[in-house]
Amino acid sequence: MTNFTTSTQLDETERAVDGATILTVNALRVTAGAAPGGRTLVSEVSFQLGRGETLGVVGESGSGKSLTAKAVVGLLPGGLRAQGSIDFAGHQLIDATHRTWRTLRGPRISLLLQDPFTMLNPLQTAGTHLAESLRRDKSLDRGARRAEIARRLGEVGLAPEVADQYPFQLSGGMRQRVALAAALARDPELLIADEPTTALDVTTQAEVLQLLKDIQRRRGMSLMLITHDLRVAFSICDRVQVMYAGLLMEQSPAAVLATDPGHPYSAGLLIADPPVTHYVAELTAIPGSVPHAEDVVDTCAFAARCSWVKPECTAAKPPLVSVGPSRTSACLRLDEIREELRSTLDRIDDPAPPPALPAADNAVVTVTELRKTFHTRRLVGKARHTMALDGVNLQIAHGESVGVVGETGSGKTTIARSLLGLVTPDSGQISLDGMDVSNYRRLSRLTRREARRFVQMVFQDPYTSLNPSLSIGTTLREVLSVRGDVTDPGEEVASLLGRVGLPASYAQRRPATLSGGERQRVAIARAIALRPRLLVCDEPVAALDVSAQAQVLELLRDIRRSDELSTLFITHDLSVVRQMTDRIIVLYHGQIVEAGDTATVLDNPQHTYTQRLLKAAPGVLSGADHAADPAWGEGEA
Amino acid sequence: MTIALFLLRRLGGMVVLLLVLSLLVFGLLALSPVSELTTLLGTQPSTPEAVQAITAEYHLNDPFLVQYWHWLVDALHGNFGQSIQSGEPVGSVIVSHLPVTLELALYAGLLVLVLGVPVGMAAGIRRGRVFDRGVSGLTIVGMSAPGFSLGILLIYVFGVALNWFPVFGPGGDQAADRVAHLTLPSIALAAGLIALIVRQTRAATMHVMEQDYVTFARARGISRPRIMVSYALRNTGLPIVTAAGLQLIVAISGTVLVESVFSIPGAGQLMVQSIQSADIPVVQGLSFFVALLVMVVNLIVDVAVLIIDPRTRAAARG
Repeated sequence: MTNFTTSTQLDETERAVDGATILTVNALRVTAGAAPGGRTLVSEVSFQLGRGETLGVVGESGSGKSLTAKAVVGLLPGGLRAQGSIDFAGHQLIDATHRTWRTLRGPRISLLLQDPFTMLNPLQTAGTHLAESLRRDKSLDRGARRAEIARRLGEVGLAPEVADQYPFQLSGGMRQRVALAAALARDPELLIADEPTTALDVTTQAEVLQLLKDIQRRRGMSLMLITHDLRVAFSICDRVQVMYAGLLMEQSPAAVLATDPGHPYSAGLLIADPPVTHYVAELTAIPGSVPHAEDVVDTCAFAARCSWVKPECTAAKPPLVSVGPSRTSACLRLDEIREELRSTLDRIDDPAPPPALPAADNAVVTVTELRKTFHTRRLVGKARHTMALDGVNLQIAHGESVGVVGETGSGKTTIARSLLGLVTPDSGQISLDGMDVSNYRRLSRLTRREARRFVQMVFQDPYTSLNPSLSIGTTLREVLSVRGDVTDPGEEVASLLGRVGLPASYAQRRPATLSGGERQRVAIARAIALRPRLLVCDEPVAALDVSAQAQVLELLRDIRRSDELSTLFITHDLSVVRQMTDRIIVLYHGQIVEAGDTATVLDNPQHTYTQRLLKAAPGVLSGADHAADPAWGEGEA
Repeated sequence: MTIALFLLRRLGGMVVLLLVLSLLVFGLLALSPVSELTTLLGTQPSTPEAVQAITAEYHLNDPFLVQYWHWLVDALHGNFGQSIQSGEPVGSVIVSHLPVTLELALYAGLLVLVLGVPVGMAAGIRRGRVFDRGVSGLTIVGMSAPGFSLGILLIYVFGVALNWFPVFGPGGDQAADRVAHLTLPSIALAAGLIALIVRQTRAATMHVMEQDYVTFARARGISRPRIMVSYALRNTGLPIVTAAGLQLIVAISGTVLVESVFSIPGAGQLMVQSIQSADIPVVQGLSFFVALLVMVVNLIVDVAVLIIDPRTRAAARG
């Protein structure tokens, strides 16, 4: 693979020898703007994909994994240009003509996108999506076409009636299945799936992954799976390649990579992902954040964040070299540090005893029989009623962290919004340390102010929760002025930034110049600026990259310990729950179906729904039935 | 089924709205600065017979609400009284002026849709290219040129200098002649509206073409014409239909100036004349018809949205 040349002559002979290769990408480069001044987003990416093989492309945001996928199907966003060579079964795809694409896209290559809520035409039924995607065959009459559509829906596990439904009438998982059926309608030889399960709930995610894997095997189709989640890649891929800042860092068989990472970055990714099976005393994050591809042209892209960096790493860009049977790595020092890399993985395999439960007698928050139904009026027809909370009881003790787990629509967020007074419950009581705040609108101004200081929130998406036009310092000073007892706001801002691990100079910067992880730190600083007694965290790491996730989680743990904060931690991710909470409640259709201390519930779930959630967590599900990753399965089980 | 139900409810609402409106329209008479009698007499000599006739006809001695009731009953029978200027029934005055205005507005509306939507879509798809920049430049010209000055320019270039189109009056009853006479006025009326619709369509198209569902459609080999029609056109249709409805209404009121420039005896001109000569019954009748027209256009827009977008017609089943 490494001594590959671009000569077409050689291409032909190579394919003749190795008839199994369907896609050969060589020195792919994606640039923005006009060359030569354009920014480089992907550089020197080369790989091959065999027929019937599943390749995982793993990386954090900005790694260039999605652009690589889009370049292969010729659908780069406007203004971006691909160079190099992409050979698909003898067709050169770089700058291919419309006519070439017409014979390839659909019948030979297809692409499945991330978000099932935007991928389907909202004005067309599921059946129409399939009908327009199927091969135009005049000999089929209407009945036969309908039967074919029903068969295709059946392949992805949907009932024939779904054909008459519009996307808005289907759940996220069902939409993703319809999209999959449409992508496969012309029976392509290669399917590229770009984060196909990221936007789905855990249980749905597991089902869709399983389906993708089954269909890929049954059809003998080649699959290129783009994901940020190594566990997802391990669960269905034969080979995995890790990308970082637009470059390839490592290519390895999935099973080998899981236990023997060939690059410090891969190792970092592996240990940044907290385990669901046990509590870890210290979450290990990769320090810093992902650089832009154009900033690391003449150095190892990962050098700035690597603990094994030596001067030779930054002297020139290390080439991707063969390091074993069907393995390559871009780490210069791999031979010296291989053992160390392997042993770092043990760090997350050591279970630590979870911290002792705080005394449950002094409840800071008491929620009793909380109910809330949402009514949506429509232009025509009856109004719809959605029961979000159906008699929820909940207590949080001083210094305790309670996790709320459940799928989309289970009512998780409604609890948080009720505590903050953003939603007025229909009935039930919320008491904050004896203060009744069931209905914020009926509170006196003074009590309302007190209640708002009592509870603070960290939102999911740090990209939208900070005002982009205010500097970080202004944002924090605004909150401090509410607190009222601050004599030197400048110093207080600096100390707040220090507490969340940011330099004081960040006060002058605006959110746009910060990475996602840094923004979430600012959001946390803003929340703790009021010295609240209760911190509500609504999926605080769901929008962050794996490496930033561990940093933010560790920061939240620190703050909780030192301030003896009570927290309500909302998440769909059971590994996060394991690391961050003392007790959990499992919410299903607005009702608590299971509650207890975290270790007990996760180790020995009683309710079938909790069991289903646990089974669905990636890495747990697939360890058993995929030959490629027994080692990972062991680590998890 | 759901659409029929929706229509029924909306029609009921329209009746109520029209009643409220009729009260306001009738109030015009009472609000006029001189006495109702003087207004209604107009230029007639105020002989006792004439005064008596008018008082009896308009029930001027009755209380306001009773007067209104009589007026409403008459209006429902199509009788809005007589024009003070000509003495003709208001109904027939309006019927002789309104059609040419409607033809003008529809012609302009057609130009807006036929030219504006495709050009806007093409510009949205070729965003940033020469075509897009040219079109965007032209829309600024179109939006900033007032209809009447553009009308004079059109008369000079295409009427006088090139002699392609007639420049005066509404033309005869033959369709071809009508179209020839109304072409320049329609262009003058439509120019600004086309510019607006082009901009809106361009923005909507740009938005739609960036959506995942278009990328996904291309990725699975859906043909370009199908993407253009079923994806781009239908999805841009929603904002465009809403905007087009508003524009048709603007077009109807915009006819006032254009009709003066091209000497077309339409409703716009009639309105101006009637207001100038305080011909209140005609003003009442015209206001009533225009209001009705606006409501009908809005209703058509809402029904069109229901037809285009399945989400809006989702009933209990969803």
